[in-house]
Amino acid sequence: MSAPLLAVEHLSMRFGGLLAIDDLSFAADDKKITAIIGPNGAGKTTVFNCLTGFYKPTVGRLTLSNGGTHYLERMEGFRIARAGVARTFQNIRLFPAMSVLENLIVAQHNELMDASFFSLAGLFGLARYRRAEEKAVELARFWLDRMGLIDVADRAAGELPYGDQRRLEIARAMCNKPALLCLDEPAAGLNPRESADLNVMLREIRDRHGIGLLLIEHDMNVVMEISDHIVVLDYGRKIADGTPQAVRNDPAVIRAYLGDDDDDDDGVIVDGAGARGP
Amino acid sequence: MVDGAAPARKFSPVLAILKEAGLTAAVAFALALPLIGLRGFTRGGQMVVETRFEWLAVAVVVVFLGRVALILSRRALPALRRGGGHVAGWGGAIERHRLALGAAALAFVLAMPFMPFADRYIVDVFTLVLIYVMLGWGLNIVVGLAGLLDLGYVAFYAVGAYSFALLGTTFNLSFWACLPIAGACAAMFGILLGYPVLRLRGDYLAIVTLGFGEIVRLVLTNWVDFSGGPNGISGIPRPTLFGLEFKKRVAEGQTFHEYFGIEHAGVHRIIFLYYVILMLALLTNFFVLRIRRLPIGRAWEALREDEIASRALGINPVNTKLSAFALGAMFGGFAGSFFAARSGFISPESFTFIESAIILSIVVLGGMGSQIGVVLAAAAIILVPEMLREFSEYRMLVFGMAMVLIMIWRPRGLLSHRKPTILLHGRGGRAGGGGEGGP
Repeated sequence: MSAPLLAVEHLSMRFGGLLAIDDLSFAADDKKITAIIGPNGAGKTTVFNCLTGFYKPTVGRLTLSNGGTHYLERMEGFRIARAGVARTFQNIRLFPAMSVLENLIVAQHNELMDASFFSLAGLFGLARYRRAEEKAVELARFWLDRMGLIDVADRAAGELPYGDQRRLEIARAMCNKPALLCLDEPAAGLNPRESADLNVMLREIRDRHGIGLLLIEHDMNVVMEISDHIVVLDYGRKIADGTPQAVRNDPAVIRAYLGDDDDDDDGVIVDGAGARGP
Repeated sequence: MVDGAAPARKFSPVLAILKEAGLTAAVAFALALPLIGLRGFTRGGQMVVETRFEWLAVAVVVVFLGRVALILSRRALPALRRGGGHVAGWGGAIERHRLALGAAALAFVLAMPFMPFADRYIVDVFTLVLIYVMLGWGLNIVVGLAGLLDLGYVAFYAVGAYSFALLGTTFNLSFWACLPIAGACAAMFGILLGYPVLRLRGDYLAIVTLGFGEIVRLVLTNWVDFSGGPNGISGIPRPTLFGLEFKKRVAEGQTFHEYFGIEHAGVHRIIFLYYVILMLALLTNFFVLRIRRLPIGRAWEALREDEIASRALGINPVNTKLSAFALGAMFGGFAGSFFAARSGFISPESFTFIESAIILSIVVLGGMGSQIGVVLAAAAIILVPEMLREFSEYRMLVFGMAMVLIMIWRPRGLLSHRKPTILLHGRGGRAGGGGEGGP
């Protein structure tokens, strides 16, 4: 059996006295959508931040097997991105003053830097750089087309409506050519139709581009419909791990969401209350 | 209810205006009492204080009426605001006609020294403006593109100036040989400063860079063996035109006027210096326009917009910021060595914090990241105090007022319009490298 695309082993993250993640282990595979769910404050985004190098895990090993083997817990954020992990953010982080197209070109920064010898070739207008830039624009055009953003390509990213910004952020992450795409609540703030489109798109990314997706999501409609594998967190600990069907019927999960007494108001989530406002 | 509200609504604006104007007048009174109301001078070795309360009264009344007029004009003329919106379109209009405007401006600055109005003084002032344009364009890389607030830019200007001055006076190297060395030295200082401080952001970075600027100046002032201390360095070699000097006669070889067989005139050197700085400034402009469209330039802007997202896309924030610092510093160094060559004498006094502040205000006033905006702002900031020389002591007051007015009128700078560096639709996808935007 070959190593999974991403293996998380015994990951713990401590902030002072708070143990945000407690000995978490799971794996995410190629061509699979893995969802991490859990009530608010369960540590989902912290897992993402550890994976993408924004936090240094207190304990644990994060192994990305993408051709080579990368130990993400030792790497700086930008090197993790180069190793093949792209992410989106819970509260969208675009480059608002730059145009939509520029956002997608920036995502291909490293390839363009290599093609232009750290921009020198571009300074002297060498053909080598021009070709690389054309290729980058082609890839951007593909994703703009796919996301229905081709008409607004030259507008500033910050001017776009909310749903477009969400899609642009996914397009930008895909232009980074990742092996693992981490999406932090991609359906947040989308209306039901946009959310359904998102499902189709995420499945297509999985099937056509053959990459692994790691998803944090509150919208149970999205999660149950498209996930191949779900990891449930509660207070930083894994309480369930399995197929959507298995997770849905897991008593520990039901307890975490509905609570065995009235200390939790996250019950709305389990029946898919749908879109959370931004 | 309506009856009760109507008089109140009618009455309250008047009261509000009077209150606001009264408050302003009170502030003016407090400020003007020592400044205008009392005048001290020495008579027969004794300090005498004279009161000028009539002037004080005039000042306070003027401020009061001025404030009332300002409030009224703001309320009564909503059209003025709409006019402001119309003005906001200027940036776009200038961008649209940038080619024509750039060509016209280029033709003007090229022909300027030979126009009838151009005497020695005018050409010299234009040279000064161009130094600041170049500094503004250099700082624009750091502040406008990379979004790193640098309050110590004058340090790199000083490093460039002293590099040339020391090399020129000690080793007799020419201006043209020293220019790249001075740029490299300044870039090295940029990296040296940048490396430890780039984890800081915004205000913190500004304070550290300000400190760096002061350190450089203090070292130059106190390290007498190295830099001559407060006495500065004099006898800095003048730039030559392919080895031709601008002197009446030289020991060996030919001078400029001998070679071309024309009468010797001091203005030749002034005009030559003007063209040198024009060329350097155009080089800076070309470089910045070009690099904005390259991966490194886009990475600078991405870092300015969102550092966290940039990192998540694989951009190395440290190296990218360092490159911005180094390149910005390099152009500061070029401008510095030109400054040393132009004046022939430098001392630490030329590199005080106020210089950094002026350069930064040129960038901010021009609209961060706008190349043409920097030209307009540099012209305004350097020319206005020059033109106001007759007002002597009041010129800084007028200057400050003009700055405040511009920031009220256009809070994001004179030209804040940002044009994408690459287009998918329209104008053939890419506008091509050459020709865009003159100086």
